[in-house]
Amino acid sequence: MQLSGADIVVKSLKEEGVEYVFGYPGGAALHIYDAFHRQDDVKHILVRHEQGATHAADGYARATGKPGLVMVTSGPGITNAITGLATAYMDSIPLIVLSGQVMKPLIGYDAFQEIDAVGISRPCVKHNFLIQNVEDIAETIKRAFHIATTGRPGPVLIDIPKDITAQVTEFIYPESVEMRAYPPVKLPPLSEIVSGVEAMLNAKKPIIYSGGGVVLANAQEELRTLVRSLGFPCTNTLMGLGGYPHDDPLFIGMLGMHGTYEANMAMHDADLIVALGARFDDRITGTLDGFAPNAKILHVDIDPSVIDKNIKADLPIIGDVKDVLNGFNAELKRRRKDINPELTTEWWGQINEWRSYDSLWYDESDTIIKPQYVVQKLHEVTGGQAYVTSDVGQHQMFAAQFYGFSDTHRWINSGGLGTMGFGLPAAMGVKFAHPDADVACVTGEGSIQMCIQELGTCKQYDLPVKVINLNNRYLGMVRQWQEFSYEKRYSNSYMDSLPDFVKLAESYGHVGMLIEKPGDVEGALREAFALKDRLVFMDFITDREENVYPMIEAGKGHHEMRLRPGSKAQ
Amino acid sequence: MRHIISVLLENESGALSRVSGLFSARGYNIESLTVAPTNDPTLSRMTIVTIGDDRKVDQIEKHLGKLVDVAALQDITVSDHLEREIVLVKVQVPDDQTVAFERVVGAFNATAMHVADDQYIVEMSGSSEKVDELINSFKITKVIEVVRSGVIGLASDARVLSVPSL
Ligand SMILES: Cc1ncc(C[n+]2csc(CCOP(=O)(O)OP(=O)(O)O)c2C)c(N)n1
Repeated sequence: MQLSGADIVVKSLKEEGVEYVFGYPGGAALHIYDAFHRQDDVKHILVRHEQGATHAADGYARATGKPGLVMVTSGPGITNAITGLATAYMDSIPLIVLSGQVMKPLIGYDAFQEIDAVGISRPCVKHNFLIQNVEDIAETIKRAFHIATTGRPGPVLIDIPKDITAQVTEFIYPESVEMRAYPPVKLPPLSEIVSGVEAMLNAKKPIIYSGGGVVLANAQEELRTLVRSLGFPCTNTLMGLGGYPHDDPLFIGMLGMHGTYEANMAMHDADLIVALGARFDDRITGTLDGFAPNAKILHVDIDPSVIDKNIKADLPIIGDVKDVLNGFNAELKRRRKDINPELTTEWWGQINEWRSYDSLWYDESDTIIKPQYVVQKLHEVTGGQAYVTSDVGQHQMFAAQFYGFSDTHRWINSGGLGTMGFGLPAAMGVKFAHPDADVACVTGEGSIQMCIQELGTCKQYDLPVKVINLNNRYLGMVRQWQEFSYEKRYSNSYMDSLPDFVKLAESYGHVGMLIEKPGDVEGALREAFALKDRLVFMDFITDREENVYPMIEAGKGHHEMRLRPGSKAQ
Repeated sequence: MRHIISVLLENESGALSRVSGLFSARGYNIESLTVAPTNDPTLSRMTIVTIGDDRKVDQIEKHLGKLVDVAALQDITVSDHLEREIVLVKVQVPDDQTVAFERVVGAFNATAMHVADDQYIVEMSGSSEKVDELINSFKITKVIEVVRSGVIGLASDARVLSVPSL
């Protein structure tokens, strides 16, 4: 079949089973937009800003495990998409970004809307391509999907000069790709599995620390089997929440900068840390001096460069965490009689004592809305089953600490890059993926304004997302740091001249609600979630100076958390 | 420690900038970097000289290995290897020093080409230390320009750098 480059692009996406492409048109992409117009298999979703397109595709990918698709034009189209590429890259999310480029003969001549897309995106993509010939389009798209979705996933950019999209060639979509420089991930040797299990069977103070890798690998069942057969305490990173159910007695909460007392203390005192698809980043470890001084480290990751990067591993295992967990579980089954729960009895005694301090405790109030309370009520009203996206700041940490996730792919946030503006467009992507599910975007009045224009997209495509705006009239997380480390000099962390969010939502055709009293929180949430087909923007006026506790401050270790004044933990 | 890392790279546009971008983005040091096609026209061979402790070099190798264009790599310095660098030095030799100049050229097994008036280009290949020594020994004369190829090398034992078959 002879087709134009533009039709080949769209047909290739169809071959890959793409449902939605999030994008924004412009000159260099117009042939491709014309090809979108000629068919209805692949639906193009018009966002309001290219950053929104990338986060929407990212939210779609995180909620489904499938790659997210983005289409932008050259120049400002691709520069606007860079934040979203970097966000996806830091969290290993599979995205394919197609960018229009100026005509090939004009490349290098500072043509109108010319930018070196491959160069500018290089540090924040897993790989990228500049297509040189129309014959290469189909093969390149096949490769891009393969690269984005295998190994450690990540975003891939394909830059396509406009003239190439007008040229015609035979369309044959390849069935498979082989890339000698990108070999498939191997199974780890059995000896490593056996040694890992041996270490676990002998541990007296073990902790299982699982991260985003378990979510990406869909290994939650295998993780649960491992944790339960050993009876070990399990903690999740911010990216790994949902990997282990929040209400299981073996779960000791999130760890890290705003993790629970019991999770961080257990990391510090452990004699064996089993790290599964987690990368010991600085928000997890605190200062590296004195990190887990007595622990042996068993580190499982698909990406060899993560091993020994921040923390030296005693037992490194490189492989897909799902395969490795299956290996562990099979070996443990064989050695069932060697599992000795008494070895960890004392350890559990210690952990339960830490746990009894209730480090997430906060002082409830009947006069002023506490942000934690809103999140707890959100859990109740949605039965703990909502997809929750968030932005970045205190509200993100409150959502992570208090929502309580029971499954993976439900908690969707920008953990690595910490991108304010992520929440609303990500929620759009989730809603496209799961139209019948409750989707809540927990945000702050600072973050929401970074991509608020996407309220228009939500209207156009009838996306009944619920926006939970925890409005403290501060860039709260910045203010908290200034309170703790800069003697309350609140330099530029106030949020002045805020819009009337209710009217703003209404002006886009949505429902707005203002909630100012704790007694109204639950009723308002119930009312909003009952409006199944409407976007409801809920503006919760919350305690201005609430802080997130516990906190490991800069330069401090796991056992040196700052705890809430007045709490038992203190 | 100084390491020489040999890399087989897909001969694709952008591959070189991926490698150099990796080094600058992660703050790794590059002493020299050379790249040219091999007998297989689809592959380039790159030789990178870097300095770092074991942990850093381990990270460099792992990150290089992750690049989609990198087909194979090897630290040739971990055992026996041959390394070479070519240097061209343009020097000014006053008439009364030609004898001393020729003695130096001879001592280093280098060659000298007369290019203009009192100017010569000296060419030599050898290890990087030998190249340093050659340049330093031209004190008597005036060094006008120096160009070094950067290091290339091969393992001088049975080790072979090749693309693993799929
Ligand atoms: C794009 C971007 N710019 C700046 C920051 C730094 N930053 C982190 S949290 C924060 C404050 C967020 O304020 P808000 O959205 O109101 O949330 P709150 O902390 O009050 O819950 C800022 C400015 C960031 N993470 N992202």
